[in-house]
Amino acid sequence: MSDKTPGDGGPPATLDDPHLRPAAKNPKRMELLAALAMVVGLAGFAAFIVVYWINASNYWEAAMLGVGMLGLGVGVIAWGKYLMPQGPFVEERHDFHSTDDERKAFNAAITGRGGLEVKRRGLLLGIFAVTGGIMTLALLVPGVRSLGPKPAKSEDTEGNTEFSLYTTNWKKGAKLVTVGGRPVQVDDLEVGGVLTVFPQGYEGSSPDQVILIRLAQLGPNDPPYPIAPPGRTEWGVQGYVAYSKLCTHLGCPVGLYQEKTQQLVCPCHQSIFNVNAGAVPQFGPAPRPLPQLPITVDATGQMRANGSFDQAVGPGFWERP
Amino acid sequence: MIDKSLNWLDDRLGVAKGGRTFLDKIFPDHWSFMLGEIALYSFVVLLGTGVFLTLYFVPSAHEVVYHGSYVPLRGQKVSEAYGSTVGLSFDVRSGLLMRQAHHWAADIFLGSIAVHMARVFFTGAFRKPREFNWIVGVLMLILGIVNGFLGYSLPDDLVSGTGIRIAYSIMESIPVVGSYIAFFLFGGNYPGSGIIIPRFFVLHVLIVPAILVGLLAAHLGLLVKQKHTQFPGKGKTEENVVGSPMFPTFIAKTTGFLFVSAGVIFLLGGFAQINPIWQFGQYEPYQISYAVQPDWYMGWLDGAARIMPAWEWVGWGHTIPLEVFLPAVVFPGLIFTILLAWPFIEQAKTKDLRYHNLLDRPRDRPKRTAAGAAMLTLLFGVFFASSTDVMANFFQLPLMDVLWFFRFFVPLAPFVAYYLTFKICNEMREADGIGTRKRALIVERTTEGEYLTTESPVRPGDEHLELDPVPVPTFIDTTDPELATAAGVRRVIR
Repeated sequence: MSDKTPGDGGPPATLDDPHLRPAAKNPKRMELLAALAMVVGLAGFAAFIVVYWINASNYWEAAMLGVGMLGLGVGVIAWGKYLMPQGPFVEERHDFHSTDDERKAFNAAITGRGGLEVKRRGLLLGIFAVTGGIMTLALLVPGVRSLGPKPAKSEDTEGNTEFSLYTTNWKKGAKLVTVGGRPVQVDDLEVGGVLTVFPQGYEGSSPDQVILIRLAQLGPNDPPYPIAPPGRTEWGVQGYVAYSKLCTHLGCPVGLYQEKTQQLVCPCHQSIFNVNAGAVPQFGPAPRPLPQLPITVDATGQMRANGSFDQAVGPGFWERP
Repeated sequence: MIDKSLNWLDDRLGVAKGGRTFLDKIFPDHWSFMLGEIALYSFVVLLGTGVFLTLYFVPSAHEVVYHGSYVPLRGQKVSEAYGSTVGLSFDVRSGLLMRQAHHWAADIFLGSIAVHMARVFFTGAFRKPREFNWIVGVLMLILGIVNGFLGYSLPDDLVSGTGIRIAYSIMESIPVVGSYIAFFLFGGNYPGSGIIIPRFFVLHVLIVPAILVGLLAAHLGLLVKQKHTQFPGKGKTEENVVGSPMFPTFIAKTTGFLFVSAGVIFLLGGFAQINPIWQFGQYEPYQISYAVQPDWYMGWLDGAARIMPAWEWVGWGHTIPLEVFLPAVVFPGLIFTILLAWPFIEQAKTKDLRYHNLLDRPRDRPKRTAAGAAMLTLLFGVFFASSTDVMANFFQLPLMDVLWFFRFFVPLAPFVAYYLTFKICNEMREADGIGTRKRALIVERTTEGEYLTTESPVRPGDEHLELDPVPVPTFIDTTDPELATAAGVRRVIR
């Protein structure tokens, strides 16, 4: 360690100390470059005010702000890196830990002084701890419980379904309507067409969304539904089937219908459901088929629900049986 | 003048002694020590642009008719959140710049944290006495990811709305309490009572940033208290720090770097479009668009959810959606637990309880480096798995094949990465003179037929004149006019 540049108390450092020289080989030139960069920055900021003033586009604003900051930044960095004393300088580290005596004293303050109090007033401490715990609990009750409703098993007395994961607003006889509220007629869809439908009065509702697919052209007198899974042959009507549009994986709308393969694809995590076989998942992370909505057609050609879902729609949860 | 005001301050606060020590504080120089600064300065930009955005954003799901200047949306019903975000993008001057700069700053914030963390990990900077600061850093990473997701969700556009839906389903997947958590947070079955955007807003602009600022203060405070680590080198020991003093050198460099970081973020914010919500449209729970991707720092969770097999557990009247719970709750929980515990895991393994202020070269700690490489491989694996559909389209492969590839790649590749990294590290350690330029051996044959080899001289560029480090001078004699004007010497007045 050089004796030329002492810390406290020693003689002052002199300018011939190489540690105080700038790192730049040619400081004059570097100073000029730094100055130039900062002036570019200055021009950038000034220009920013101008382009804002004349209401130029965001591009101009960003460009001028960027030029301003980069110019100023580069100039200041050049100043610090190349023109200030190059060092290297050193600083000693000191141990973090205290001496053994200090540790003992600290320890004694806690365990000795504190321990004495515990020994003498154990009852008070116990009551304090219990009360503090109860206080925390008391504060948590409104802090947590006020946040929202408890999940309910079924719809409430006024028929609201929004507090239950099990129910939807689909009831037997509910009209199938589009998101705009237009009732869906049996000849509205071409073969291969799909439509997102809702029970009338609940247009746009998340849990109620259903994807209506026309798989085949079947007249009213044709056998009802040739391609449903066993036991559900009556759930479709005249070549139509309807499934919950909520993916059983993470609840995204299963929005992509591939007519050729008759598959529904979820764009979020690529679960694929086979529409021909009760929307069973063929591929991907979805664990369960999309619940099917039984549908029918009334005498006027209006499509209606012929019941509600036989299970909870959407992703799985603990209480789901 | 300065004397006087410093004395005034010192009379009241006693700043002279501590202040001088602070100004003399040494910061070691290495490019990799700037990574954390990028995170710090993008956080500064986040706070600034974020305050600007709060002045115009309306955190409400209430439906209004849009009347702003974006023509395709006029007359349509939008939520106030979506409408005001479009509004602050198009009708507030500089609004789009601020909004996009905010988004870019968030992506860069988390990116630089990740890289900074990798630097700290691979060089062993987390070892005693810095375990606390590692933990504080991991907590900031977690909160940063959370706040990024919250902010991304606020505009109520089609892409972010889908993200909220997925978040709801992930909460639902937690056994026993899942549906309660989701119901309490959202105020009911999805999409809830319209309360989620105001709640996310207060979390995003107040609660999480307040915690982040607190942790940041702790992070920097610990850094100052414990002093920075340094790479081995001339004059550098476990008992000292060699580098530039806080004032004026480090302050100048770091302030300049603040401006450069902010400048880059604003340039990105102006020229690189990000999250064009007016193209996505208002979120409707029954709509979805193709190739929905979250921000990059959420990609690893999305990828994990994609490659997970459909293993729902059903029994005793209950359902555990393991296909969601494992990749979206357990997996990140495990990763963050390993990260938080790493300093102690390593300590338990090495039984090394000494202080470490000198950094390791990664190859000198083959096991740690290999473990880190395995972790990165795992995370990159699930990250890329989050774009299976895009890859399938791009490479014209069946989606199923891409998915099966990742189902094998993600669990297996980390082991391969571990083995290869371990081997490479060991070979690098055995190789002599690695990292320095090779010098030619000159073979000479003397007239007697004797062969002599000599090493060629060092190339001019390879030789650095390094001075011995000295303490920062307190007083500098600036009186010698002759020396002060000598070539290469500048007057330094302190």
